[in-house]
Amino acid sequence: MTEPLTITGKRAPAVTPVLEVDNLSVTFGRGANEVKAVRGVSYHVNPGEFLGIVGESGSGKSVSSMAVMGLLPSSARIRGSVRFQGRSLLECSDAELSGIRGKDISMIFQDPLSALTPVYTVGHQIAEGLLLHDKKLSRQGAAARAVELLKLVGIPSPERRAEAFPHEFSGGMRQRAMIAIAIANDPQLIIADEPTTALDVTIQAQILEVMQEAKEITGAAVVLITHDLGVVAGNADRIAVMYAGRLVETGGVDEVFHAPAMPYTIGLLRSMPSMASSQSRLVPLEGRPPSLAALPPGCPFAPRCPLVIDACREAEPALSGTEEHPTHQAACIRSSEITSGKLTRSEVFPRPAPVLEGAPAGTDGREVLSLKGLVRHFPLLKGAVFKRQIGTVRAVDGVSFELGSGQTLGLVGESGCGKSTTIMEILELAKPQQGQIRVNGVDVADLSKRDRLKMRRDIQVVFQDPMASIDPRLPVHDVIAEPLTVHGVSKKDQQRKVAEMMELVGLDPEMASRYPHEFSGGQRQRIGIARALVTDPKILVLDEPVSALDVSIQAGVINLLKDLQLQLGLSYVFVAHDLAVVHHIADHVAVMYLGRIVEYGTSDDVFSRPRHPYTQALISAVPIPDPALERTRVRVLLDGDLPSPTDDIPGCNFRSRCPLYQLLPEEQRLRCRDEDPSLRTVDDTSVACHYAEHDALIDTVAKR
Amino acid sequence: MSMVEDAQVLPVTPKAQKRTNRPTSRGRLIFAKLARTPRFWVGTLTLLVIVLWALFGLAFYAYNATSQDVMSMNTAPTGNHWFGTDEIGGDIYAQTVVGLRKSLLIGFVVGPVSALLAGFIGALAGYLGGVWDRVIVWFIDLLLVLPALYILIMLYPLIKGGSWVIVMVYLAIFSWMILARVIRAQTSSLRDRDFVKAARFMGVKTSTIIRRHIIPNVSSLLIIDATLGVGAAILTETTLSYFGFGVQPPDVSLGTLLSSGTGAATTRPWLFIFPAAILVITVLATSLAGDALRDAVDPTSGANRD
Repeated sequence: MTEPLTITGKRAPAVTPVLEVDNLSVTFGRGANEVKAVRGVSYHVNPGEFLGIVGESGSGKSVSSMAVMGLLPSSARIRGSVRFQGRSLLECSDAELSGIRGKDISMIFQDPLSALTPVYTVGHQIAEGLLLHDKKLSRQGAAARAVELLKLVGIPSPERRAEAFPHEFSGGMRQRAMIAIAIANDPQLIIADEPTTALDVTIQAQILEVMQEAKEITGAAVVLITHDLGVVAGNADRIAVMYAGRLVETGGVDEVFHAPAMPYTIGLLRSMPSMASSQSRLVPLEGRPPSLAALPPGCPFAPRCPLVIDACREAEPALSGTEEHPTHQAACIRSSEITSGKLTRSEVFPRPAPVLEGAPAGTDGREVLSLKGLVRHFPLLKGAVFKRQIGTVRAVDGVSFELGSGQTLGLVGESGCGKSTTIMEILELAKPQQGQIRVNGVDVADLSKRDRLKMRRDIQVVFQDPMASIDPRLPVHDVIAEPLTVHGVSKKDQQRKVAEMMELVGLDPEMASRYPHEFSGGQRQRIGIARALVTDPKILVLDEPVSALDVSIQAGVINLLKDLQLQLGLSYVFVAHDLAVVHHIADHVAVMYLGRIVEYGTSDDVFSRPRHPYTQALISAVPIPDPALERTRVRVLLDGDLPSPTDDIPGCNFRSRCPLYQLLPEEQRLRCRDEDPSLRTVDDTSVACHYAEHDALIDTVAKR
Repeated sequence: MSMVEDAQVLPVTPKAQKRTNRPTSRGRLIFAKLARTPRFWVGTLTLLVIVLWALFGLAFYAYNATSQDVMSMNTAPTGNHWFGTDEIGGDIYAQTVVGLRKSLLIGFVVGPVSALLAGFIGALAGYLGGVWDRVIVWFIDLLLVLPALYILIMLYPLIKGGSWVIVMVYLAIFSWMILARVIRAQTSSLRDRDFVKAARFMGVKTSTIIRRHIIPNVSSLLIIDATLGVGAAILTETTLSYFGFGVQPPDVSLGTLLSSGTGAATTRPWLFIFPAAILVITVLATSLAGDALRDAVDPTSGANRD
C-alpha cells in the first residue's frame, strides 16, 4: 500500500518523446460558422520535460490540450495525429482513452472549485482515481494512499483533511488536492491548464513549487498552459507560443526569453509590467487576436505587427529554425533580421510617449479622501429561525489612509484580506460602523440624502470583471449614460457627453448603439472607465481593473488610466493583487493583511525596501519574466493560507505564517505572541511589525 | 467552451459611417431586431388575423351563437353551416367565433398579467432581501398552499354576477407564484452582480434598477411564461367552467366548446376539431411571437449575431 512514488521501469527509452502532436487541427461548426480553433500544431514532449504553452485567450492553447486528452465535444472535428508513447490517441475509443486518462496522462484544471465534486470528501475523490485504475487495491489501501498523497502535496494534518469536503478547503488547498489526484497513478504526462490563474501570487508561488516537486517525484513530463510568461520563466524547459490557433515560436526557455524571434513574443514580453523597473509607461500590444471564423490569408499577426511588410499578407509563414539554433523556431519571415540584431526589441515595440508630461492638471495635492480607523465587522450567525451570533468576521479592522488629489493609492493584499470590503464601505457613502470616511473634507456620516446623491458624482468605481460590471442587455450608450440619468441631465447632453467619453477612452462613438458582447475584454473595460468618468468625478475607485484582462491588453488600459489622471487630475484608489501593476501606477502603497494595513508608504520606498515580512513575501512571490533571474532567485515563501478572519489571534495576526517569526530566537517571539503591533514609522514607511528593522529577510529579497 | 466563444466575437469595425450621431435606444434596437425576424411577423400576423376574425367573423353570417336551426341538427359542415351543427342545431361556426372572443380575452389578459405580477413581485423580493423578502415569500407560500378552488366555491354566491370576469381575475391571482419564486432566486443572484452594484453606487433608484437591469435580465423566463400562460389560461378556464364557474350556457368559450365536443370527437369530429384547431393555432402563433421577442431582448442569442 505504501509503495513509494518512484519512476517505474515501464518508461520508454529517454529519446522517445512521451507525447508527439503532429499537425493537429480542431474545427468547430460548419459552413459559415466554421471556427478553426487549432490550425496545424506540432510539438513533442520528452520524458521528464517541462513544456510551457503560452498565448492570449482565444489562441487555441486550451483546445489543443483538450484534443490531446480526448475531452472535446463530439461536434469538434479533429485532424492530425497525437501519439502518446507511440500509441495514437485519436484512434482510441473513449473506453480505451478512459484507461489512459487519469493513469498515464492526468490533467489539472484552472478552477479547482469546479474540478472537485462538492458532495464527496477530498480523500474519497483521490481514492476514486486510484481504485479506478488499480482493481487490486483495497478501499483501506486507497484511503491510506490518499492521505499519503495529500501529505506529499503539502497539506497540513492530511489524515484529518482527507475527511474534509472541497468547500472546507481554500483555493490553494483545492489546487493541491487536484495535483494529488493528478499524480496519484504515477502518470507519464501531466497537463496543467492555467493551474494558478485563479490564485493569489503567494499561493501561486506555493503551487508552482508543489508542481515542480510532483514532477520530480513522478518523473512525469509536464505541459503547463498559461497566459502568464512570468509563470513559465522559472519552471519550464521549453516554451511554445501560440497565436490564432498555431505555434508561432518554440524554443528553449532562455532562447525565447532572451532572443525572441517573433514580433508577437517580443510584444508579449515587452507588455508585461515588471517588478524590476517602474518605467512610467508600459508597451501595449495593440489590437486583438483575429477571429478564427474567417482568417484572411497571410500571417494572422500581421494586422497587429509593427514590422509588417507586404510579403506578410501573402502567405502564412511556417515554423522554421536557424542553422545555429535548430530547436529555436519562429513563424516569421523577418525573424532572421530580429535574431541577427538588426532590429532590437525596443525598436520593434517602442515605449509610447505619454500624452502629457508632469503633474496632473489642476491638482494641488489637497486631501480628497481620508479614512480614519474604518471598521467593518460582519456578525456570523447560526440558526434558521432564531439566529444567534457565534462569531465575528473582522473584514476591515481599523484602516486609515489619506489620498491627495491627483495621486494614486495602491491597496494590495491577498484575496480575503479586506481590500474589497474597504472600498465598498467607501462607495456606500454611509456612516461606517466605526471610524470616519471623509470625501473632499466632508464627513460622509453627516450627509443628507440629497447631498449624498450629489457626492456620488465625485466618486465613481471601475470593477474588476468587465463582463460582470456591464449589463449585457443594455446598449453601450445607455450603459455609459446611466450615471447621468440620476442627476437629471437632458437626453441631448447625455448623448454629447457619452460621445465625448467614448472618444476619451479610445472607443469609436459610432459604436454607441451596440451591445457589450460585441466588444473585446479590453474594450469593455474601457466602457467601464467611460461610465465612471461621465460625471466628471474627482476620485476613481478601481477594483482590480486589469486583473481579468490579457497581459497585452492590460498595458493599454494602464496607460490609459495614467493618461486620464494627467489630463483630468483624477485621484485613484487602485486595488490590486498584482504588485507589478501597482508598482507602475501607484504613488503610495498600502499593504493589507486580515483587515489591517501592515505597511504604508510611497511606492518607491515600499517596493525597493519592504519592511514588513508580509510585504517581502508578496514581492518575492511575483514571478519575473526572466528565466535567468527567476532560477537564481531566493524566495520568501509563505506557509499555508490566510487564516480565517473569524479567528481571534492574540498578538500579531501574521505570526502564524510569518517567515521572520521562524527565524527569531524564542525570547523575541514572545513579543509577537503577546503584543499586537500597531503602525509605526521606520525610515519613511509605516510598518506594523515589532522587528521591521530585522534584516534577515531583507537580504534575501534584495538578491532578486 | 469559452475559448471558442471568445474567438467567435467578431472584430468591431466602425461600419455605417453615414449613420446619424444619435445612438439608438434599447427599445428601438429591440424592435429593429424583431422586424428582422420572420418568426415574429408570422406570429403577430396570424394573431392579428385571428383577432379580426373573432371581431368580424359573424358580420356576414346568417346565424349567431344562440340560434338553433331545427331543420339541420347534427350535420357535418355545409355551405350553410360552415363548421356544422350540434345535436340541438346550434351553429358551431358562430359559437366558435363568439367563444374565441372570450377565450382570447381571458388568455391574453391572464398570461401576461400573471407573468408581470411574478416579475415585479419576485424581483422586488429578491432585490430588497431581508425582512421584505421574508414577508413576500411567506405571502407567496400562503397563496400556493391555499385550496384555491374551494375559496372560489365558497365565494361563489357573492360573485354570481360577472362570472367570467371573476374567473379571469381568479386565474391571474393564482397563477404567478411559482414563477415569482424562480424570479426571486434569479434576482438575488443578479443583485450581487457588479453592474447592479455599480448602478447602486451611482445612486440609481431601486425601482429604476429593477426596471432597467433586473427585469430585462430575467425577461426570457417572463416571456416564455407569458406565452405559455395564454394557452394554459384558456384551458384552465375550461376546467372551471366544467365545475360551473366561469363561462356558463348559453354563453360559450373555446373551452366549453372543446369540453362539450370531446365526447363526439370520433363520431362527429366537427364538434371538436374546429375549436381545437383554432386554439392550437392561437397558442402556436403566440409562442412564435414570444420566442422572437425573447431573442430580440437577449443580445447574445444566436439568431441576431450580426
